[in-house]
Amino acid sequence: MTSGADLLRVEGLRITFSVLGGDVNAVRGASFRILPGKVTALVGESGSGKSAISQAIMGILPTVAKVSGRVLFNDPKAAGPVELLALEPDGREIHEIRGARISKIFQEPMTSLSPLHTIGNQISEVLQIHTEADGAERRQRTEQLLGYVGFGDPKRAYDMYPFELSGGMRQRAMIAMALICRPALLIADEPTTALDVTVQAQILQLLRELQAKMNMAMLLITHDLGVVANMADEVVVIYHGEVVEAGPVDAIFRNPQHPYLKGLMAAVPHFDMKPGERLKALREVPVKAGTLIGGEAKRASGPDILVSVRNLSKTFTTRSSGWFGGDEESRHRAIDHVSFDIRRGECLGLVGESGCGKTTVSKILMRAVTPDSGSITFDEGEGPVDVLKLDGAELKALRSKIQMVFQDPVSSLSPRMTVKNILSEPLEIHGRGTPLSRVETVRSLLQAVGLDQRFINRYPHSFSGGQRQRIGIARALALLPQLLICDEPVSALDVSVQAQILNLLKDLQKELGLTMLFISHNLAVVDYMADRIAVMCAGRIVELAPREVLMRDPVHPYTKSLLAAVPYPDLDRKLDFDSLQRSGGSDQRQWGAQFSDGGEKDALSPAHLGGGHYVLARKSVDARELRS
Amino acid sequence: MLRYILWRIAVMVPTLIIISALVFTIIELPPGDYFESYIAELRAQGEGVDMEQIEALRKEYGFDQPAVLRYVYWVGGMLQGDFGYSFEYQLPVSEVVGDRLWLTILVSFFTIAFTWIIAFPIGIYAATHQYSWGDYGLSLVGLIGIAVPNFMLALILMYFANIWFGTSIGHLMDQKYLSEPMSWEKAKSILEHIWIPVVIIGAAGTAGMIRRLRANLLDELQKQYVVTARAKGLPPTKTLLKYPLRMALNFFISDIGSILPAIISGAEITAIVLSLETTGPMLIKALQSQDMYLAGSFLMFLAFLTVIGVLISDLALAILDPRIRLQGRSTK
Repeated sequence: MTSGADLLRVEGLRITFSVLGGDVNAVRGASFRILPGKVTALVGESGSGKSAISQAIMGILPTVAKVSGRVLFNDPKAAGPVELLALEPDGREIHEIRGARISKIFQEPMTSLSPLHTIGNQISEVLQIHTEADGAERRQRTEQLLGYVGFGDPKRAYDMYPFELSGGMRQRAMIAMALICRPALLIADEPTTALDVTVQAQILQLLRELQAKMNMAMLLITHDLGVVANMADEVVVIYHGEVVEAGPVDAIFRNPQHPYLKGLMAAVPHFDMKPGERLKALREVPVKAGTLIGGEAKRASGPDILVSVRNLSKTFTTRSSGWFGGDEESRHRAIDHVSFDIRRGECLGLVGESGCGKTTVSKILMRAVTPDSGSITFDEGEGPVDVLKLDGAELKALRSKIQMVFQDPVSSLSPRMTVKNILSEPLEIHGRGTPLSRVETVRSLLQAVGLDQRFINRYPHSFSGGQRQRIGIARALALLPQLLICDEPVSALDVSVQAQILNLLKDLQKELGLTMLFISHNLAVVDYMADRIAVMCAGRIVELAPREVLMRDPVHPYTKSLLAAVPYPDLDRKLDFDSLQRSGGSDQRQWGAQFSDGGEKDALSPAHLGGGHYVLARKSVDARELRS
Repeated sequence: MLRYILWRIAVMVPTLIIISALVFTIIELPPGDYFESYIAELRAQGEGVDMEQIEALRKEYGFDQPAVLRYVYWVGGMLQGDFGYSFEYQLPVSEVVGDRLWLTILVSFFTIAFTWIIAFPIGIYAATHQYSWGDYGLSLVGLIGIAVPNFMLALILMYFANIWFGTSIGHLMDQKYLSEPMSWEKAKSILEHIWIPVVIIGAAGTAGMIRRLRANLLDELQKQYVVTARAKGLPPTKTLLKYPLRMALNFFISDIGSILPAIISGAEITAIVLSLETTGPMLIKALQSQDMYLAGSFLMFLAFLTVIGVLISDLALAILDPRIRLQGRSTK
């Protein structure tokens, strides 16, 4: 391993952030290399320092950071290796490397692009900085690349603003911006984390293709071992700012050495788990829900079906206007004739990509959004109740029976309330108990979610993301609800914490006999949690089946493409990019004729395939034809 | 967009109608009318009052009629350019206000220009050099600007202007031009005097704007797209001017709506101290003496300026920000 062969060598890199109350050592003596033309993955959890490393390489660390060590960049087009850290900050040399020889794409394509400039402007700006090309040539080269990264109409796309594009298209524009000068090294910082799973597969495929075609090296920063297994040639694992393991991807996956890496691999839910197998969280939380009053005894009785949803529809109207009064009203069907049952004591998983209407369903169940038509019946053993017709005291009573756990543990807890206030507020609103008994309840809630009772007077900011989510769960449990709706409860959390929260929810469900509606875009997570799974696409439930059936024997093309797009953390099961292309994901036109409504109304209805397996298909089609 | 503009202008009509009703009500609220104050004043000075003449005036101006009818006459008159009659000055309101209005607009225009020219570079400097000595120093000056009352600043400046430059104290021009028609000499004299009120009236606004520009820009500088621009290899100054500053402009523009009336109505006390020939002192006097048409016209003028200001800022925002221009309003 001579230094001449490496494109980039990081040696003994230390990064310290001086913040109020002392220094934070973000990176402590990290060393690794990036080979030319290869994909090196930098794996670690949030806060492990992986983004700081990439910023140090590009020289775009915030000014509060102090850097030491060496970063040698051996540009094949330049004379010899350059010490990037020794270059004058914001000097001419580093500007010539940035964006031209080393470029970067970021996690959040919405905020990474300026909302006030067209994407063409932002992409061609790179050419303006680094080349002599004139305006016409810049436009022509930008359009060419836009077409290449997947824009159907590059001429039009050039003049579009980022907010007019979907997340996946924005990320494509971002990739075009990074690649327009054909850099030697592309740093991709969590390039697909904010994207849906089918879009993620497309973007990964695009990156792979471009990387091979341009023969450029790539530093892929991610926390997702599935992405790593599918993309990387070399892997560097970073934990608390230190490189704990590095090597070729085969060695890392087949023979992990460091306990952190082993733990990380055991914490990811995957599809081959045996029934009843538990995830091994890096830090397990003991659950003691026994102290919560009520509990199983009350729930054991009652009818089999707790919630029954029939033909729910909701349309949102959006109006967009052009420069000269071309106002057009478009009606967007958020959910379209959705029907399902939630059985007492089960966990129903609801899977779908962003914008498919799964959150709208949960909001309607909570009576936060009023549907256009349809009915919801709630039956806890005292006769069926029509949820949509309740008001006044009855509605208030219902609210205590359906509670919700939200996605973002930061914004869903008020920063101005202590844990005690947060957890006792639902009790106060519903007039349960005395102030004294409420504190007791709060204590037992904290115990139930595995938090120390001494935390009772703390504010949310002093907790980590996982702990905050546990507070959110405790709040939802405070009223001992019948139905717990979890809307993407682990999407904002790190992998290791994710396992902890999932196990907690599972244990609580078992101990309290809870009924759950578990909403997620992550099939593996839903697979781990749910008894039955409903797959939603464009406002409709396209397939509903018991968990094992759906995973083993999916029938609907959309379900198939969702399953095919999940990157496995397994080298022997790489994504099949070609078949992904063919299945077409949520694009209805690519589905078989038997699944497509062909623009007709009411052409589709759920067909029963036996064993509680339903698929949305044309009414005339026979069950056997669907399986072809 | 064209429809948006037309719609925005159409909305102004009901807004102005509601404001005019409010203004009329407020002026009607205090018991009595101008004539009662007038009588009281005359009596206090020990003079006799000719009740018959006053009754005749009352009739002539419709004070014996119900309030609703008077409101209709008032609004109708304004639409035809007749702003009523000032009892105090015994002249039509438009003649009383006349010159003063233009001088007010002149002072306001210079003040806005002054505010922007000073606030812009300082705000950018303070944001890009956060927590530096320069930032602290400018912040201190700015805070003093906010904290010191305008009239006090007025007194201090007048004193030094007289000592150092020999500028006559008070007024917007030399005393001798006060009642003369406009001439070159008079214009020169106005320009010589105008900087004092501009600095005084603009001081607080400038300081406030520096603080807000700094805060907004600091927010924008943290944003991810700034990092993106740096990662492209764009030099810092160009990055600053193209991306965050452009974003921070939004608040600047939405400020136009409130800046127009604030400067015109907020400057009254300064104007009294400096005895400026602007509208501010006149408005206060009109309100005190219940000179109802004069006061009403003034308040309507201020309201009109506000509505126009908001219109201008709304349109400018739509032009500058594609998100407002192109993104549809969504309804639930």
